[in-house]
Amino acid sequence: MKVAGNNLLQALDYSVLQQCMHCGLCLPTCPTFTETGRERNSPRGRIALMRAVADCDLTLSRVFGEEMYYCLGCLACTSACPAGVDYATLFETARAEVERRGVLANPQRNFIRWAVIRVLFTRPRLLRFVGRLLWCYQASGLQATARQLRLTHLLPRRLRELEPQTPHVQRRFSHQLIAPVEPARGDRRHRVAVLTGCVQDLVLPDVNRATVDVLRENGCEVHTPPVQPCCGSLHAHNGDLEPARMLARRLIDLLPPDRFDAIITNAGGCGSHLRHYDHLLADDPAYATRAAFWSKRIRDIHEWLVEIGFRRPDAPPLTVGTVTYHESCHLCHGQKISREPREILKTIPGIELHECVEATWCCGSAGIYNITQPKTASWLQQRKLRNLRKTGARIIATANPGCHLQIANGLGASSNLTPRIVHPVVLLAEAYRQEMMRPAPSYCSAPPRK
Amino acid sequence: MIQELAILVGAPNVLTEPEDILPYAFDGTAGLKQRPRAVVFPADAAEIAAVLRLASIHRVPIVVRGNGTGLSGGSVPVAGGVVLCLTRLNRIIELDQQNLTLLIEAGVTTQRIFDTAAAAGLFYPPDPGSMKISTIGGNVAENSGGLRGLKYGVTRDYVMGLEIVLADGTVCWLGSKCVKDVAGYNLRDLFIGSEGTLGVITRVLLRLLPMPAARQTLLATYATMAAAAETVSAIIAARIVPCTLEFLDRKTLRCVEDYAHVGLPLDAEAVLLVETDGHSAAVEDEAARIETLARRHGATTVKRTADAAEADRLTTARRSAFSSLARLRPTTILEDVTVPRSELARMIGFVQAVAARHRVEIATFGHFGDGNLHPTVLTDERDTEEMRRVEQALHEIFEHALQLGGTITGEHGVGLAKKAFLRQQLGDASYALLRQIKRTLDPAGLLNPGKIFD
Repeated sequence: MKVAGNNLLQALDYSVLQQCMHCGLCLPTCPTFTETGRERNSPRGRIALMRAVADCDLTLSRVFGEEMYYCLGCLACTSACPAGVDYATLFETARAEVERRGVLANPQRNFIRWAVIRVLFTRPRLLRFVGRLLWCYQASGLQATARQLRLTHLLPRRLRELEPQTPHVQRRFSHQLIAPVEPARGDRRHRVAVLTGCVQDLVLPDVNRATVDVLRENGCEVHTPPVQPCCGSLHAHNGDLEPARMLARRLIDLLPPDRFDAIITNAGGCGSHLRHYDHLLADDPAYATRAAFWSKRIRDIHEWLVEIGFRRPDAPPLTVGTVTYHESCHLCHGQKISREPREILKTIPGIELHECVEATWCCGSAGIYNITQPKTASWLQQRKLRNLRKTGARIIATANPGCHLQIANGLGASSNLTPRIVHPVVLLAEAYRQEMMRPAPSYCSAPPRK
Repeated sequence: MIQELAILVGAPNVLTEPEDILPYAFDGTAGLKQRPRAVVFPADAAEIAAVLRLASIHRVPIVVRGNGTGLSGGSVPVAGGVVLCLTRLNRIIELDQQNLTLLIEAGVTTQRIFDTAAAAGLFYPPDPGSMKISTIGGNVAENSGGLRGLKYGVTRDYVMGLEIVLADGTVCWLGSKCVKDVAGYNLRDLFIGSEGTLGVITRVLLRLLPMPAARQTLLATYATMAAAAETVSAIIAARIVPCTLEFLDRKTLRCVEDYAHVGLPLDAEAVLLVETDGHSAAVEDEAARIETLARRHGATTVKRTADAAEADRLTTARRSAFSSLARLRPTTILEDVTVPRSELARMIGFVQAVAARHRVEIATFGHFGDGNLHPTVLTDERDTEEMRRVEQALHEIFEHALQLGGTITGEHGVGLAKKAFLRQQLGDASYALLRQIKRTLDPAGLLNPGKIFD
């Protein structure tokens, strides 16, 4: 990798580092500062460390590397920052420099990073194959048997602790649920592309199906390529910018932005990264222009629905009652989209929105943070669950697969009393579908009292 | 000494690694940085006393710090010194609803104090811009103000008692819950605003007020700063004392709106943010009179907020003014000159003229009602030629404020940032008296040395 100056932080435009005037207004919003009370674990503390590395006042050490990976990257600090510090860029650059210098390298970490970031998440077909194997293991009852026989205890400790969090893979993936092109219902007003994601594709493909449904219902012709590369957010957030650029180029080639009115993403984490392709590929002469155009065309599904004036449904979804909305960090802080999902939830008949305390706080999922920092992730998960339970809501709406799985894992085995976790768009799609079933709307419990 | 500190407060509460201590090298003040030797997190007054005794044996300077949001460099470490960070002293000890007092430890945040009081229907008025994270210990040490100073005064007006650890490790209590108490010298007031140079504040007893029944916020826009100033004079002349009477100039307005998106008008030269509180009938009457006065003195628009939420959004946006200004240039230097309020319009005019004369960019906002001005220089510390002009401009602003009978700092403190101008403001006799008091209470000069004066 070509580096101007001694390191990537030094090569960065210095004004990005200088932008932080250390007023401290970020401190109360930072989960890791709240956990430890130490400045090093705060946004302004981390920026001070980065600046010191850029100024050559501090050697980039293992401790520095660990600190950059202790940060959740939730970007809550960017919502709190009046000075408009671009923490996302600082954070990604710092992690990239940590990887470039290899201060955290060890054989086990190197192997896992290579296998996951370089191999699995750059090959969509391989990822689906592994997903299929996992499905076979789960659907055949082998997983249950292995758990009953406590075979999982034979795993190394770290893996054993993570095993119960293994997501439940669905029988059919997105391409088996969605045709490559699906027409608008009624007049075509827009032509859009839908990104199906990696985890979402295997574990929550119904969210992708629902996304296509609500788009068609609102006059969009929907293009969904059956095989899509990963967007690269996993790579960029983990200090591997080269593969992230490669994946961005592949996605731009697959979905040329000038052919669509919008390119739709329904996962907060992906969307936040997808929006910044302009930034990521700014130094690539062959792609810079297209990447800039791509960033203009990217829309979060909620944002797009509100923008085109989505139709209000007149039937309730399958579950009715109170709903609370947990904001994905990269949707609310990364993309500043907070109002639109609520606007959608409020129009759906039969459900009533109850706000949750600290709705914009990270649930601890944070990409792969729950794997790399289990202690802090679990503390945040419990804090989140306490706040969610206090609302008494029957439905928890959230728009990111990581949050979805993290909350589901925290709630444990589902029963009648467990709240339903669902993407807002799934509720909207259900409501549209229920309209067609009329005149006998089916409630899974008593209809809401008016 | 580090090992001894670890024995006193426990090893996990002593930081010495470069990555750990580097983020404690600064507070909220631009351009000031000094790495300490160690950062210590004591649990209570007894541990602090032990640390101070140890420091005096080893002759190591001590700098007290809360969450490091100060704006005059008061908690910036001293070379070779130890930072005493009081954030572990975060207990709310007693809310006395009969005497309307609140006893808390020094590390409790201002926001938590406000919320605790509000939950009991009570009111703690001082609201510095950083109240979400600033600690009460720091508020007392700097005698912080805020947006409500015009009607409700500053931190000093709410402190009834203090627990102090002196330089030799003695723990003393100053003050009481009595509204009237004239026993002995009023030493409590000596420590308010002492900027960590006389002793370590560990507990604070605060006076609370009943929560005002109603409040109304108005936003008036102006085509000229002079018209806004005339409105303020008219409000004061009409014997109205609003709780808040803030102004923002055009530059500040744009930056705040860019961050907060609260619908501030971008085409105005100045806006006034006025809040009146109290009994609902009085609030309604005052709001109507203020609206009339604003219109009569050239306001282009006057808007009343619809509800408390909208009013909160506006005041929160105003609190972010200083940090929002950092959007424009790499370095943001915030000043705090204050003049008798009758001189305020003249002072603002002078700031604008100085900025033009020295070709420096200065945005101005502040508390119109109490004469407290925040000229904020937007510059780049790497440009030495520009920085020289900035220094010259600031120098002239200080001089002029003093000529108008004003002060170099209204609410941020002297610290490191303004100590060069203190003697000029106080005069030789008062300045010497300050140093005499310092020498009496801290003969070895180990408590925050080099702050306020050398």
